[in-house]
Amino acid sequence: MDAMKPAPFTYHRPGSLSEVFDLLDHHGGDARILAGGQSLVPALNMRLATPTAVIDINRIPGLDGIRLTTEGLHLGALARQDDVERSPLVREHAPLLAQALPNVGHVAIRTRGTIGGSVALGDPAAELPACLVALGATVRATSRRGARAIPAGEFFRGIYTTALAPDEVLTEVVVPRPGPDARAAFDELARRQGDFALVALAAACRLSDGVMLEPRLVFAGVAGTPVRATRAEAALAGRRPEAPVLEEAARAVAGDLDPPSDVQASGPLRRHLAAVLLRRVAARLGTGS
Amino acid sequence: MTDAALDVGVMVNGAPVRRRVEPRRSLVDFLREDLELSGSHVGCEHGVCGACTVRVDGALVRGCLMLAVQADGCRVETIEGLAATGEILDLQQAFAELNALQCGFCTPAMLLTAQEALRRDPGADRARIRQALSGNYCRCTGYHAIVEAVHRVARARAGEPP
Repeated sequence: MDAMKPAPFTYHRPGSLSEVFDLLDHHGGDARILAGGQSLVPALNMRLATPTAVIDINRIPGLDGIRLTTEGLHLGALARQDDVERSPLVREHAPLLAQALPNVGHVAIRTRGTIGGSVALGDPAAELPACLVALGATVRATSRRGARAIPAGEFFRGIYTTALAPDEVLTEVVVPRPGPDARAAFDELARRQGDFALVALAAACRLSDGVMLEPRLVFAGVAGTPVRATRAEAALAGRRPEAPVLEEAARAVAGDLDPPSDVQASGPLRRHLAAVLLRRVAARLGTGS
Repeated sequence: MTDAALDVGVMVNGAPVRRRVEPRRSLVDFLREDLELSGSHVGCEHGVCGACTVRVDGALVRGCLMLAVQADGCRVETIEGLAATGEILDLQQAFAELNALQCGFCTPAMLLTAQEALRRDPGADRARIRQALSGNYCRCTGYHAIVEAVHRVARARAGEPP
């Protein structure tokens, strides 16, 4: 038996971004970029994706760094999720990511899965996009036309749809350096460890004398993109994360979200779970989580 | 074999291997079909069941979610290699003694995953072991015996009484 699941394609392993741009020019919309492959390869195996060319960017040097500058924490597009999760720099300067990443699949997925791949895919249930929106991160993309920076809050446009142009390659995300009063917390509810989240919540704020300032509550799994719960944020702003405040925010979140029903969970169940998560996660904002 | 086939050189279980493979060949199919290393199993083929798990350059990966051509120049270790070196002999014995396998389909990948779990978290308790194995499906045992076997090895490696 000759086992071949994907449709045939040509395989390209460019050594530089410039070569990637050449390949994208040549193949146009028939090419797909292969980073960690943890979403693309299943799509190839099931022939949901049938590109004629696969452009493997894994050997392009300089795209997998995790480094700190005055600007913030830079996570290269090819930084593996497992490396980011365990990075001391990430634990110190973006602890929200270190909390969220253990929920992304399993170890054998995260050793290959990349930051850039997850962000560029824009899966509505993915953890990283919600975290980047909560942290006010920036997505950097490069094309032959030059480089540009896109705020994470404007990057995710719909289900598997982002602000990336067809000729652009995501090169890194930059998470701003948190101040000493920054707090962040993440949690999600899924059927089993490692499954896609039914609902996930990434939360961040500043905490001053026990009072939450500029809270950002970003849900995943409830719409085509990460969703900021602005009514619930308003219910938390300027207040302490105490039970009556959390209850008010949990009621407010129902007005922020209109989650879809699918085989995993109904819309009303997701809305209920969002309120459950909100109480849990917002309470942790007050404790330094 | 089409014109798109490429030469790939891989160090498999310590031995250099060179083959011509089509780009769409997955790493696990390459191991099984081209190298006749059938210990890595093919279950769901989309990264969910874990049966194809192998090590590439020391990292645990899904053999169905990596193309064979991507392993060019890499070091690949399979259950055949780990069994031959004796690295997981204690896990294998514990699985056998505690009936942690029945049909055996999930077992090779379960052993590799357990080994990685204990490397990362030597003091793992049953709950953490269960979490670490959650990406590997077993349709026979109900997992209880597997968790017990891995926990027994964790304690033994730590020098604790069984």
